[in-house]
Amino acid sequence: MIDSYIPLIIMVSVGFLFGLSNIVLAQFLGPRKNKTKVKLEPYECGIEPTTSARERFSIKFYMTAMLFILFDIEIVFMYPWAIQFKELGMVGFIAMNLFMILLFAGFIYVIKKGALQWR
Amino acid sequence: MHIDVILAAPIVFVSIMATASMVLDALKTKENGKTIFLFSIYVLMATFLLSALTFSPSSHFGLVALLSKFGLAPAPETLHVSGMLTVFNGMVGVGGYGCFFDMIFTLGGIMTILAARPFLESEKLEHSEFYTLILFAVAGMMLISHATNMLTLFIGIEVMSVTFYILSGYTRTNEKAVESSLKYFLLGAFATGFLVYGIALIYGATGSMDYATIASATHGDIRFPTLLLVGIGLMIVGLSFKTALFPFHQWAPDVYSGAPTVVTAFMSTAGKAAALAAFMPIIMVSLPAAMSYDGSNKIQMMLAVISALTMLIGNISALVQKDVKRMLAFSSVAHAGYLLMGLVAANPEGRNGIMFYSASYLFMQIGSFIILSVLERSGQTNHSLESFNGLSKKYPILAALMSIFMFSLAGIPPFAGFFGKYYLFTAAIHADFTWLTIVAVVSSIISVYFYIGLIVNMYFKESQEQEHESQPGLAAISLVLSTAGIIILGLLPSVVLSIAQASFGNH
Repeated sequence: MIDSYIPLIIMVSVGFLFGLSNIVLAQFLGPRKNKTKVKLEPYECGIEPTTSARERFSIKFYMTAMLFILFDIEIVFMYPWAIQFKELGMVGFIAMNLFMILLFAGFIYVIKKGALQWR
Repeated sequence: MHIDVILAAPIVFVSIMATASMVLDALKTKENGKTIFLFSIYVLMATFLLSALTFSPSSHFGLVALLSKFGLAPAPETLHVSGMLTVFNGMVGVGGYGCFFDMIFTLGGIMTILAARPFLESEKLEHSEFYTLILFAVAGMMLISHATNMLTLFIGIEVMSVTFYILSGYTRTNEKAVESSLKYFLLGAFATGFLVYGIALIYGATGSMDYATIASATHGDIRFPTLLLVGIGLMIVGLSFKTALFPFHQWAPDVYSGAPTVVTAFMSTAGKAAALAAFMPIIMVSLPAAMSYDGSNKIQMMLAVISALTMLIGNISALVQKDVKRMLAFSSVAHAGYLLMGLVAANPEGRNGIMFYSASYLFMQIGSFIILSVLERSGQTNHSLESFNGLSKKYPILAALMSIFMFSLAGIPPFAGFFGKYYLFTAAIHADFTWLTIVAVVSSIISVYFYIGLIVNMYFKESQEQEHESQPGLAAISLVLSTAGIIILGLLPSVVLSIAQASFGNH
């Protein structure tokens, strides 16, 4: 029972040690510069930030981002289906079509309601 | 595959139609609330019919028998009815139990939509989305009541909850509605975390998410008993939130009183019935062995304590409310406590009691909320107890109907509420939970004070105002339906009880 978890434990500890070693090594190996205000800015060689980044954004960004995730996930589901296409056969084909029709129905709704119009 | 779709016809139909109503709305350019209103009413009526037809799949009056006459389905005799009939690779159970609850949900949906139309029109908020969301909520609830796998259950609960989050903030310029929506969403999402964690731990302990497999696993030698118990505990926390049971009931009064009244009517009745429909198979079918694990009945005792505290806290809090909508919200918490008694009893009587009480609770609670909604539109904007003074003079019919609902909620004999309580209480006594029954009786007596108090306000207190013309509109149909429901369930309780009994025939 425990034996089967050993690879997992090894992998977690290797990952943990790798991250830790990078932080520790950077302290020793990296060049040590004096930390001035300019050095600590998010964009050292860009325009100086004028206001706080915490302000309200237009809802349009969220709509686009949300819809992107939706169709991104659709593509993700299609990869394993494409690989197993022959094994899944007709049943898989019908199921995948149903899934795509459902998403497409949502897509029609979104477009007709003007969620993608950038006004 | 083909027969699966026929057997699960109610769910398949309502899901497809909910999506179709969304597309239908999108394809028409102008505002078309009325079209979608009619569409969703017909869809829900058809779903009710389909649920009735698939109630006992192998009978000669069912949908399968009907279709086999035209050669579209195999003969009903060929169906295997040993054990529970499941379709879609054991993910969805069909017939009986699920269909009984389907009928409750669809009736609730129809009454809500009928009452909502005049409300939405008067608020100039009639968008087709309202009706579509109700359809989706019904689809989610039906998925819950038909679930035979924890994944199906989870999807159902999420579909239902997400639509409720949106619906409770439907009047989005109203500050209170927005508050209730946000509160419900944040707490609901948190509670879902508990539910999923519970499912994961139960899966870890038993190696399956299928109810039947879990049941057989717990009857045998449980490998990680502590893991299983923690998993069940977390699931009970998640489901208690959805049912609004004692330590997790805090959201209910705020959400129920902030949301639009018609939405509250739907959430607090059909939503509660759905949460109990989820609770029952988990506690009674999958985990009876775990319930009496090492003979100490820990889970049963825990549920009994939750039930007792829910009833007491709900009723005592309702006692001091000055606002009728908030009072009804607290009373709905208390009723969840009564319903839980059937689960504590964990016997067939308790099971039938829950099903009977869910049906009668639907009618009486939805009816009283719809009356509040009608009063809102007739110009009585606040729901303070004083505003009900002399209501019998202003709106005699509404006051009379409200009294029927209040009598039924209080559990006074000729109405449905009495028999519901009677069945649940006897079930608890037969399961040796006499102390719980005593608590229940005491808290019912407490509840009589504020239910009858409202009637006293309506009939025996004076107000200066003259008789008004109320404008119930289509809500009148819902009120007639719910009153008829209460009286029929009250006069012929054995009919509904035998249906509830029969729904377990093939389990």
